[in-house]
Amino acid sequence: MTQEAELGLRDRLAQLSGVKLLRGTRLSAELERLQRQLERLREDTTDEEIWRSVELARHEKRPYTLDYVERILDDWFELHGDRSRMDDRAIVAGIGSLGGRTVALVGHQKGRDLKERAVRNFGMAYPEGYRKAMRTMALADRHGFPLVTLVDTPGAYPGIAAEQHGQGGAIARSQAAMLRLGVPSVSVVIGEGGSGGAIAIAVADRVLMQENAIYSVISPEGCASILWRDASQAKKAASAFKPDAAHCLELGVIDGIVPEPEGGAQVDHDGAAALLREALVAHLDELAGIPAEELRRGRRAKFRSMGVLAHV
Amino acid sequence: MPGVSGTGNIDVSIEHKRADPAERDGTGHPNTCPGCGSHYRDEELAEHLRVCPQCGHHFPVRAPERIAQLADPGTFEEEDADLRSADPLEFFDLRPYVERLAEAELGTGLGDAILTGRAAIDGHPCRLAAMDFSFMGGSMGSVVGERFARSCERTAEDAGVLISVSASGGARMQEGILALMQLPKTIVAVEELHEAGGALFSVLAHPTTGGVTASFASLGDVMLAEPGALTSFAGPRVVAQTTREKLPDDFGLAESNFRFGHVDAVVPRGDLRGTLARLLRLFGGPS
Repeated sequence: MTQEAELGLRDRLAQLSGVKLLRGTRLSAELERLQRQLERLREDTTDEEIWRSVELARHEKRPYTLDYVERILDDWFELHGDRSRMDDRAIVAGIGSLGGRTVALVGHQKGRDLKERAVRNFGMAYPEGYRKAMRTMALADRHGFPLVTLVDTPGAYPGIAAEQHGQGGAIARSQAAMLRLGVPSVSVVIGEGGSGGAIAIAVADRVLMQENAIYSVISPEGCASILWRDASQAKKAASAFKPDAAHCLELGVIDGIVPEPEGGAQVDHDGAAALLREALVAHLDELAGIPAEELRRGRRAKFRSMGVLAHV
Repeated sequence: MPGVSGTGNIDVSIEHKRADPAERDGTGHPNTCPGCGSHYRDEELAEHLRVCPQCGHHFPVRAPERIAQLADPGTFEEEDADLRSADPLEFFDLRPYVERLAEAELGTGLGDAILTGRAAIDGHPCRLAAMDFSFMGGSMGSVVGERFARSCERTAEDAGVLISVSASGGARMQEGILALMQLPKTIVAVEELHEAGGALFSVLAHPTTGGVTASFASLGDVMLAEPGALTSFAGPRVVAQTTREKLPDDFGLAESNFRFGHVDAVVPRGDLRGTLARLLRLFGGPS
């Protein structure tokens, strides 16, 4: 981590310390978290570490959404279909109980073996998948269930039918739906946070990344083939656009990093689930009781401020 | 704007690198019609709103010329002209991002890939946000997102109408994840415009793809597209590579999007100003 970046994080800490909010507990927890992260991030993230994240984020043994669902939620009831055309299996949705609190959950689902990968379309959703997500969000909003989303997709599916069914519009509307929610929302990137397909379900009050997850505007291979005109330069591209969790935190794009077991989530699904559960409960506890209007306002202000500008 | 239907020597680092197929192949002069092969002097094309008088092919239009085509003469006042991209990632591919930015600014005379401001159309006050494909493929980074969002917010203040004319290859890779964050940022602004009672008319020009399609450009109260414009989330090359299927001839084109219900009308450029004026009247913006 560069000195400048560290200063940036310190600056955010200082700003947060100065802010007087009604909900002091929430802020002190946030401060503590940032401080812990600052310590973790002291050491520089090297190009090798970035690439290691890319590999771990896509590891074929990494836990997927349903692996977490079965370890984290009680009484899981899966919801199927977009109420219009089909049930897109690349996105799962449902309700379940998290520490006694009913939550709605939406997540991308990759397949473990060849057969399941085909059924799940490698976690690449059609517009129908995002419509299933949206109707689940609406359900959560109606009944006061907090929304949890787990992001793990190479991207929205680039297909003929996907375009004919309105892929771009579905991704845009899903983000708008999240911005309207009056219930708390927490999104966690648990593997690949691939571009539009990821942000479609990641416009939340709190956005977290697992330690070895990646979040990016384009895949390293895609970036390399466009800018370097050579897909094999993916490692260079990843170093240039920095999709790892530490850099996303530095840039203010995410609110926190969820630790993984030693060696990565793929070596210990139970351990990874326990750490994820702990983070989800902590954030949902902090968000509980905040009035709908305040949640919406805070969420909008956060995403409205994204970006870095210069002036002439 | 002199001789600028294409991108000249500007390096455009987005998949749909050239707005014009003939130019993309490097075979045609920017003022040679890829539809029928007719060649025009630049003033000739400009007089015809850059639509081929022979076959109706719509050539790309730069942002300043687009505004001149749509706004009542002398009414356009640019806003947020001072905003520029920073380089938070210190991005370097074959060349540094800052160098590409400087070159794009010199080549286009624009500060970034969108031009925003107040204007009037047929006497109706409104705001215009016109994208320019020749500035780094019309890619959306922090400045495009910010100018669009501010334009929305100013329009919301008097519950007016914002007209966006998009032409973009998608999010700007050189700004990494922050470019992706411009999607929700612009959507926040559209949401607030709508809640204030204002309206967004979204005009999709060739090409509108990727992150711009997946954000504000798809959220217009009224969706218009220019004839023959490619308006899709994924570009045809990516779709062909992924699916290994033969694409329909009209894949992602305005006419196909009309058939599938994603746009309200395909409007030839000659009718665009009149159509927008009629909509402004109907939406009852202050006049």
